[in-house]
Amino acid sequence: MSIPRIQIEALDKRFETGDCEVIALQDANLSIAPAEFVTLVGASGCGKSTLLRIVGGLEPASSGTVSVDGKPISGPGIDRAMVFQHYSLYPWLTVTENIKFCRQLKMHRDVSTSADVEAAGGRADALIRLMGLGHVMQAYPNQLSGGMQQRVAIARALMARPRILLMDEPFGALDAQTREVMHDLILHVSILEKTTLLFVTHDVEEAIYLAHRVVLMAPRPGRIEAIYEVPLPDHRDQDMKQTQEFLALKKQILAGIRATSGMQTDHDLLEQLGNAPAH
Amino acid sequence: MIDNTIIRRSGWRIRGNLGRRTHLLISLAGLLLPVGWWWWISAGGAVDPIFLPTPPLVIDSAWEWLRDGDLLGDIGISVYRVVTGFLMSAVLALPLGVLIGTYAPIKAFFEPITDFIRYMPAAAFIPLVMLWVGIDEGAKIAIIFIGTFFQMVLMIAEDVRRVPMEQIEAAQTMGADRDEIVMRVIVPSAKPAILNTLRVTMGWAWTYLVVAELVAANSGLGFAVLKAQRFLQTDKIFAGIILIGLFGLVTDQCFRWMHRYSFPWLYRK
Repeated sequence: MSIPRIQIEALDKRFETGDCEVIALQDANLSIAPAEFVTLVGASGCGKSTLLRIVGGLEPASSGTVSVDGKPISGPGIDRAMVFQHYSLYPWLTVTENIKFCRQLKMHRDVSTSADVEAAGGRADALIRLMGLGHVMQAYPNQLSGGMQQRVAIARALMARPRILLMDEPFGALDAQTREVMHDLILHVSILEKTTLLFVTHDVEEAIYLAHRVVLMAPRPGRIEAIYEVPLPDHRDQDMKQTQEFLALKKQILAGIRATSGMQTDHDLLEQLGNAPAH
Repeated sequence: MIDNTIIRRSGWRIRGNLGRRTHLLISLAGLLLPVGWWWWISAGGAVDPIFLPTPPLVIDSAWEWLRDGDLLGDIGISVYRVVTGFLMSAVLALPLGVLIGTYAPIKAFFEPITDFIRYMPAAAFIPLVMLWVGIDEGAKIAIIFIGTFFQMVLMIAEDVRRVPMEQIEAAQTMGADRDEIVMRVIVPSAKPAILNTLRVTMGWAWTYLVVAELVAANSGLGFAVLKAQRFLQTDKIFAGIILIGLFGLVTDQCFRWMHRYSFPWLYRK
């Protein structure tokens, strides 16, 4: 049995807010294989973003461990890149400069030989081409649409060849058509780069379409409720969204979210509102 | 039926835009109408020139000031005081503001005291400053410093705090260390806001210059205004005030131009 790329063990996260304690995450256990694509879904407050941020090293866990290739993590690292929903690009740098940002950092500069620098230039060019950014290389981020900005953010995250890509609702602010294009792009990239993906979303269709496995989380306390294998081949296409398997799984996960969200519609109250006179 | 073309073209749309020419025309009207109104009232003879001199009288007095008095010297010394006091403030406030906005312990240490001092009226420090610094140039510069520094520190700290957390965290996941995050993300990201803060505090520096010169000087534009008051030279008072206003306007435009020049990425759409 090979070592999992990401191993999450008995992870707890508690926040102190005044005198009450919020359990954001309770006893989370998850093991993710190399090159696997895992999505996290769940009602708000289920701790899916918290889990992602802990794996990214941006927040400490209260207890438990996260290991990458068998080694426990202790903070952010270049093996785990992160893509945020927005505001993460550097508006004072051009598209190319944003993508090459990591090359300015000591960590990457100190260890590089001239051959590395050349290879990095090649990699930046390749990523620009892969992401379809060739015609906007010299543009600034605020000149680009939301979809194009996220392409830059993904290219920048991939620049240092991370083994893991963490994405926190990266397409949440995009329109439906752009989002579909981005889905196929990120699937293509994940297969090409053999990157392991952990992806947070509130969109169940997106979660199923992208993932090998969908992790359903539940709130109060934040926890992993269930894990679903997606019964679709690795190479996805948009038509698969209409298949029986896809729709059945979507129905099942949506029911799971509804059951754990703690928000039930009060039908009696609705009835009353409906019958009440308008004034 | 609603006429859409009129709605779309009207400058009265909420947050609407004007064409460049219309904008310029209205701005000019906003400047020239009050001057015309002033001229009309003062030249009409209804008001004694002692209370309200006519624009030509004011220009004459400025000309006289330039010819017989020491207008250039007054301007020079005032500009020198403003610039020196402002630069001293900025040189100290920039690093301190960045540190307060970045590191919680530094914020906890400096913010309460800064907040406290900034509510003390700078003008009230004049007696103390004269006692400690003396009555020469240092005193005026010290007043400008006291008037601008504490505000500047807090505003720069706020500019720095407004850098999106995502920009910082993205750098962390790319392997940036603490110094690199400050120098390569926080500072460049906050720069445009900081330059705006400097522009606003420069305006206050001019205000405190006049305060300092009114109380404790024997040269400068503010002092000239005070001296003119003693001799009831209303026209010279007007000339002094208008000159200070013009210098303020010019400095402000310089800062705006610097903003456009230094941050082209903000203006390109």
